[in-house]
Amino acid sequence: MNGKKYTRQHEWLLLEEDGKSIVSGISDYAQDQLGDVVFVELPEVGRTLEASEIMAVVESNKSASDVYSPIAGEIVAVNSELEDHPELINESPEERGWLVKMRASSAVDVDNLMSAVEYHEFLSSEDSN
Amino acid sequence: MSTAKHTPLYSLHRELGAKETVFGGYLMPLSYPGGALQEHRHTRAHAGLFDISHMGQANITVASGNLEKVAAPFTGDVASLPPGEMIYTLMTNEQGGIHDDVILARLRQEDTEVPCFHITFNAGGKAANLACLATALNDVAKLRAEEDKALLALQGPEAAKVLERLLDCSLNHLHFMQCCFVSWHEAVCLVARCGYTGEDGFEISIPASHAVDFARAALACGEVEAVGLAARDSLRLEAGLCLYGQDIDACTTPIEAGLARFVSKRRREQNDFPGSMIVLQQLQNTPPRHLVGLMPQDKALLRPQSELLDDNGQIIGEVTSGGFGASFGGPIALGYVSHGFESPRRKVFAKLRGREITVQITDLPFVPHNYRMKSEI
Repeated sequence: MNGKKYTRQHEWLLLEEDGKSIVSGISDYAQDQLGDVVFVELPEVGRTLEASEIMAVVESNKSASDVYSPIAGEIVAVNSELEDHPELINESPEERGWLVKMRASSAVDVDNLMSAVEYHEFLSSEDSN
Repeated sequence: MSTAKHTPLYSLHRELGAKETVFGGYLMPLSYPGGALQEHRHTRAHAGLFDISHMGQANITVASGNLEKVAAPFTGDVASLPPGEMIYTLMTNEQGGIHDDVILARLRQEDTEVPCFHITFNAGGKAANLACLATALNDVAKLRAEEDKALLALQGPEAAKVLERLLDCSLNHLHFMQCCFVSWHEAVCLVARCGYTGEDGFEISIPASHAVDFARAALACGEVEAVGLAARDSLRLEAGLCLYGQDIDACTTPIEAGLARFVSKRRREQNDFPGSMIVLQQLQNTPPRHLVGLMPQDKALLRPQSELLDDNGQIIGEVTSGGFGASFGGPIALGYVSHGFESPRRKVFAKLRGREITVQITDLPFVPHNYRMKSEI
């Protein structure tokens, strides 16, 4: 159990101990669908976002994909390594390829998000559709 | 259920774990598990093997005395092409637009029984192009589609070495745009020194029955990796080569597309290809627009149909192809700009997700070609 939670838009988030801070990125499934990532557009530190607002854009040669904010909150850090090494998202999408760190104003409710097991079940059912 | 067609190598692509895409009515490998960026780099450093069997292949049989008529639909010196030589040429329409871009190979002297031209043309609209060409050739020549042939491309600095090893013969006599027949395991193959990557390389027309074995033999060579359509597109973009249906189409003239050099001097003098009056007028005056190389001054990619603007925000052009140049080291694109904006190093602008980015006009190609030209010893 890695503690990560997943959204239906193929993002993951990891809730920190304070219950309000998260690290977030795109799932391994998402990077595989995208192909080689060549550019990442990240939000400015300090920006506040609503849940599901477009937070970042991940570009492969094929297409530019929007990444949605999993929670409402403020961007407190972005992964600056991605500027020169966008391929980190393909190599390690759920670890070194993290996109943003955010802080919500109140406790984050993760109950309606999927666990890793539930997310993989979700992917299997998507594939067979 | 997919109604897309399969090439003779379809099951091999599945075996290799290719991600698939439909292109030109065929289910084609988009990329293999190593990824398109790595396939692109490998081709420029070593050798890449491409299945391009979706493309149209046909041969033309013509009696001597009718060569000029075979040349009629094209803009190049087809009639005087010596055996063993090839040209890239254009089929134009009555408006001077490009109906298709093709490669013609002269196989041998005229003979009413045996084909003397081989033609490779685009996958999209293959059947229609074949019908159109058959009509154009009318009764003067026999056009026969080669349904039973696969087409493989082997491209890169190590392609010649590998192919010589596979075919067990020297290819030293072949320069860029020359071809010859070689037998491989009793299959007669047409080996053409040309390609769509800017690198030295070959396109091999081989009977479908032998295509998979040949591909396996090539892939067994340490230098060779399988390459899909995604990398094929990024390689040709870096090489400044047009993609029919994207950079050139029925509404773009050879002059607008920067392909004036493929309208031969003799055909200009003869004024004898479809739409030649319009094309000649554009050569005399200037075309209303130009296909140019584009370098976004940003890390973001430019996408097809993005508008290009002048510094007053007026629309002066449009992107037709865009992507990431893995060897070039950044985003690159092709597009049309109005006459007056085509000078290299001129700056124009594009809107990208609400931001305005600067785009520099640039000469083509983005990455130098490595063709084996005749001037080399």
